[in-house]
Amino acid sequence: MPFGNTHNALKMKYASSEEYPDLSQHNNHMAKILTPAIYERLRSKQTPSGFTLDDVIQTGIDNPGHPFIMTVGCVAGDEETYEVFKELLDPIIEDRHGGYKPTDKHKTDLNPNNLKGGDDLDPNYVLSSRVRTGRSIRGFCLPPHCSRGERRAVEKMSVEALDSLSGDLKGKYYALKNMTDAEQQQLIDDHFLFDKPVSPLLLASGMARDWPDGRGIWHNDTKTFLVWVNEEDHLRVISMQKGGNMKEVFNRFCTGLTKIETLFKDKGTSFMWNGHLGYVLTCPSNLGTGLRAGVHVKIPNMSKHAKFEEVLKRLRLQKRGTGGVDTAAVGGTFDISNADRLGFSEVELVQMVVDGVKLLVEMEKKLEKGQSIDGIMPTQK
Amino acid sequence: MAFSFTRMMSSRNTATLLASLGAGTMATCYLMTDSNILSAEERRKLYPPSADFPDLRRHNNCMAHALTPAIYGKLRDQVTPNNWTLDQCIQTGVDNPGHPFIKTVGMVAGDEESYKVFADLFDPVIKDRHNGYDPKTMKHPTDLDASKITNGVFDEKYVLSSRVRTGRSIRGLSLPPCCSRSERREVERVTVQALAGLKGDLAGHYYSLGDMTEKEQQQLIDDHFLFDKPVSPLLTCAFMARDWPDGRGLWHNNEKTFLIWVNEEDHTRVISMEKGGNMKRVFERFCRGLQQVEKLIQERGWEFMWNEHLGYILTCPSNLGTGLRAGVHVRLAKLSKDPRFGKILDNMRLQKRGTGGVDTATTGDTFDISNNDRLGKSEVELVQLLVDGVNYLIDCEKRLERGQDIKIPAPIAQFRK
Repeated sequence: MPFGNTHNALKMKYASSEEYPDLSQHNNHMAKILTPAIYERLRSKQTPSGFTLDDVIQTGIDNPGHPFIMTVGCVAGDEETYEVFKELLDPIIEDRHGGYKPTDKHKTDLNPNNLKGGDDLDPNYVLSSRVRTGRSIRGFCLPPHCSRGERRAVEKMSVEALDSLSGDLKGKYYALKNMTDAEQQQLIDDHFLFDKPVSPLLLASGMARDWPDGRGIWHNDTKTFLVWVNEEDHLRVISMQKGGNMKEVFNRFCTGLTKIETLFKDKGTSFMWNGHLGYVLTCPSNLGTGLRAGVHVKIPNMSKHAKFEEVLKRLRLQKRGTGGVDTAAVGGTFDISNADRLGFSEVELVQMVVDGVKLLVEMEKKLEKGQSIDGIMPTQK
Repeated sequence: MAFSFTRMMSSRNTATLLASLGAGTMATCYLMTDSNILSAEERRKLYPPSADFPDLRRHNNCMAHALTPAIYGKLRDQVTPNNWTLDQCIQTGVDNPGHPFIKTVGMVAGDEESYKVFADLFDPVIKDRHNGYDPKTMKHPTDLDASKITNGVFDEKYVLSSRVRTGRSIRGLSLPPCCSRSERREVERVTVQALAGLKGDLAGHYYSLGDMTEKEQQQLIDDHFLFDKPVSPLLTCAFMARDWPDGRGLWHNNEKTFLIWVNEEDHTRVISMEKGGNMKRVFERFCRGLQQVEKLIQERGWEFMWNEHLGYILTCPSNLGTGLRAGVHVRLAKLSKDPRFGKILDNMRLQKRGTGGVDTATTGDTFDISNNDRLGKSEVELVQLLVDGVNYLIDCEKRLERGQDIKIPAPIAQFRK
């Protein structure tokens, strides 16, 4: 919640053990890492804007587990959360991001020329390609904690920056609360419209407050570059198109992001970023690149194969249903994307997806012909 | 090194930036420091109340009708002794523009003091919701003497069950939207300790939501006693479902006619109920049980939140005063289809709900009929109103069965002039 520390000082009159949450039924990263000792040390702290330990972990207390994925169970309310509560967040980051240490450095690489190939994924199998990331605007509290005034300021600044994009990136902003029925229907048909979050993971962290105030969607005229404002992060940036030309998608992604960043710098601000955590976002799972590059790919044979999970694991890829993170796959078409976010650069992650999906399609073709895939099993990346 | 340099540079730029966004000239003073990082205090000054005023143009709840920029400006930076703010009171009303069946209140209290610190908003909302009741000038009567009820046994051909509920809050502990885990556990401890002292037909057992066995859970479901984690956004947006099911539980007497919910929407919800039409007995048990519980907590130095203007203090302003909803499940096959049904209910200060509770629609011809009002009339007065009203409805039903005509009764007086 904005401005206050929501009675943090009053809780201190109770012993730490009396405040400690019951996490006995829980299975998320926060519940694994938090101990009474850590809780005791951190509970008196708050970030300068007033975000407290209980604010960080509330979503993890209220959501013991998720059917498909191991959730993080905590969120940041501002950039300083990651510093003030590092005793809790560093081990969570290490657990979630494959052993990433507090001393590790994260590299950013948004040069699309460094991507090899990626323009030739078979469109008979790869139905669409997409790259998304998030960005936070330095100096403003994040969605779990921001006030209405701050959220509106983020919207205003973002729309001003996006309105100055030109060429194939030129587009228009649709504020969620002002859109006409016709505009809304079009955005739904385009599969662009995001709705008020229903996932309890998001609701419990306070991200849906004041909906739809300050929220909106911007997209370019060709509908291949899309920005969500004030949903789960300040900005979510998405480049997408039908078919398998991931290289083109990534090109546009990098160009767009770089242009937007320049526009913000011209206005005297910047994105939250540091050399250790990379781009700072609301959920610790999206630190680093915040990048999810993925395809919708038809692999009905491969997905039924006994080694499917093993292949994905080795390729550092994950599967989701075509409706997104909280859905199951339908009819053999899967959303396949990179599993990592932090510790690898953007180019490296997209390269993994490009190479990995190419291999999956190859395997699918072999299985269609009744051939074995043992000969082309990948090594662990 | 480079990192902190960048931050220093951008702080000066941030001042210009934020000033250009209309964030106020105060911005420049507070940002001329090395740090780009604003404290909560500085942030508050940077965003005046006008920047934060919620957009309530599509809203239809009592809070949205009462809140003005002037009131918001005056109250935004106030806090109660428990550090509860106005924004936290109204969040549920901002997040829930309207409800299909009822005009919602749109705000909650975080503690007893909320009603005082934010009186400039609570008072007009209370007035709107409670028929013109003015907390500043009017006094609320409390009367739990069940012997005064007359004609309180209904014809069981029509009335299937009778029920009275209210809520009670423990003074000194914050309410469900605001409470910390330790406060919530304290409410549970205090309540369960008191209930353990009940005897005779009121003796019973506590079932903690988190600890109950599968068998206990199934039994409570079969008895229609078990309450679940709130799903209504009216409640979840008011932060009431935090830490579920920690500190929540159900107590009921062995005869299953007296039931207490702990830490659901209020500290305690007290329910007396039984099958059939003996509302007098239900109310008698209700009063007796409440008085005994009050005595038991007082023995340990606690008391209920109450004052002479607002009566019993509960989380939602709609439940102030008596917090009492007395109701029956009643079969009104013919009357419910009569076009005058709604007006008859209105005039008798009664409301209808589906048999699943406040957020449900009716099925068949069985209705939940209960009193509309909570504040400004005593418990005895409200139950008598319900009793007289239900007797009248049954009489109408019988008349329609015999082919006779019915009359709309004269409206009962309210406070509104």
